[in-house]
Amino acid sequence: MANATYQREVINQAGFDMLTLCLSQIEKAKEAFVNHDSDLAEEVMNIENRVNALDIKIEKDCEKFIALYNPVAIDLRFIMAIRKMNFDLERIADHAYGIAKYVVDVDKEIPDNLIKAVEFDEMFATIMDMFELVHDAYENKNVKAARKVFKKDKILDKINVNSFKVIEDEIKKENAIIAEALVLFSVVKKFERVGDLLKNIAEEIIFYIDAEILKHRRKK
Amino acid sequence: MAKQIAITMETKIEQTLPMDKIVDKALKKTHTIEVTDAKVWYDDFMAIQGIDMVIKPNTVTAFIGPSGCGKSTFLRLFNRMNDYVDGFKMEGKIKVNGRNIYKDKIHVEELRKEIGMVFQKPNPFPKSIFENVAYGLKIQGIKDKKLIAERVEKALRQADLWEDVKDKLKKSALALSGGQQQRLCIARTLAVEPSIILMDEPTSALDPISTSKIEDLIFELKEKYTIIIVTHNMQQASRISDFTAFFYLGKLIEFDKTKKIFTNPEKQQTENYITGRFG
Repeated sequence: MANATYQREVINQAGFDMLTLCLSQIEKAKEAFVNHDSDLAEEVMNIENRVNALDIKIEKDCEKFIALYNPVAIDLRFIMAIRKMNFDLERIADHAYGIAKYVVDVDKEIPDNLIKAVEFDEMFATIMDMFELVHDAYENKNVKAARKVFKKDKILDKINVNSFKVIEDEIKKENAIIAEALVLFSVVKKFERVGDLLKNIAEEIIFYIDAEILKHRRKK
Repeated sequence: MAKQIAITMETKIEQTLPMDKIVDKALKKTHTIEVTDAKVWYDDFMAIQGIDMVIKPNTVTAFIGPSGCGKSTFLRLFNRMNDYVDGFKMEGKIKVNGRNIYKDKIHVEELRKEIGMVFQKPNPFPKSIFENVAYGLKIQGIKDKKLIAERVEKALRQADLWEDVKDKLKKSALALSGGQQQRLCIARTLAVEPSIILMDEPTSALDPISTSKIEDLIFELKEKYTIIIVTHNMQQASRISDFTAFFYLGKLIEFDKTKKIFTNPEKQQTENYITGRFG
């Protein structure tokens, strides 16, 4: 059974690699977007291939693990959770790619006052906190950390909802910024989706550790 | 004495009933097993250390655990197979449908008519296929040849063996393959229409196809019978059973729905065993 334990650890490590890689992609995409750095944006777009390769590797390793080792109980929950986490992380990386593509394709620098108005920095800082909590939850089987992710997601939802009105007001003040404002609005939407995906990952970690299914629970 | 007369009369009445009535009667049998504080010793060695368990009728219950954990000893308590083991001593109660089977008034032969057993290794008698299945009926004193033939056919059909052997019923049972021999042993058990079937690693000596046939059979039989199976095959336990009991060092560590045991067991020891981390 030592081999099964070893194979599980290989998948576990690949999960960490995927998490770290996707975090890095989001950080770089944000930097590229805020600083209008097309070189960094292209780097993000190139690294997307590595994300896809790692995604496929994890998928194949999980399939092999299920077929060869017939996992049950915590091993089964681990493999089910990591497959879903991998899927969600790959989509987070897709959002990073999308943001980077805006930087390359749309040659518009977003004005600082607009970025401040939509609380973009706070949104990004919240996403970084969520990544940190997810990392802690995954590494240390820390359910408390995973649950904290849900509260953080609410901050993102609020910023996202407010952003519509804020951007509308800014456009009314200055029609010339319509293109920039639309790009920013799209990026805010992408960050909000990243938050949702991190919340999904937190749910998967809780399922893996406590066998509790949180998906589709009614919001209190 | 009065009870024995009643049993004999029941057998006689059964002989005169048409086949469909006998089937209906078998369908209505619902035997619950209740174990209270069962303890077993082999001389000074305490093999079972105080187990409580209720096994519901028409379910499949799997006993799992490492070798020497007491699961087979516990299984063999239900039809008093341990009685012949030197140094065997038992305390506690085992009730089948409310009757304590370890009371003196219980007739072991009658008990084993109600509680059949299939062993690890197929053990057909060196007789014909027909005689093997008819054996238990003849022991019971049933002489009606038509009834015996009907029961043999029914049992062989239930054991999914009829199509394989219908044209060679007079041939030796020893000429059958291992998988067929095991299904013949199951047919032999079913022929006397028990309520409970005990299976002690019934597929451990069989190839995957024969194993699959026996597993399908167990799944079908649970509509009419209560089945308890000892198995070392975790996947088999999870595939075929409704409830699973995990034994370790003579103790019942966990007993729950199979779905629960194999997805989220309560006890760490259970999880360690089923995920292969010890045992």
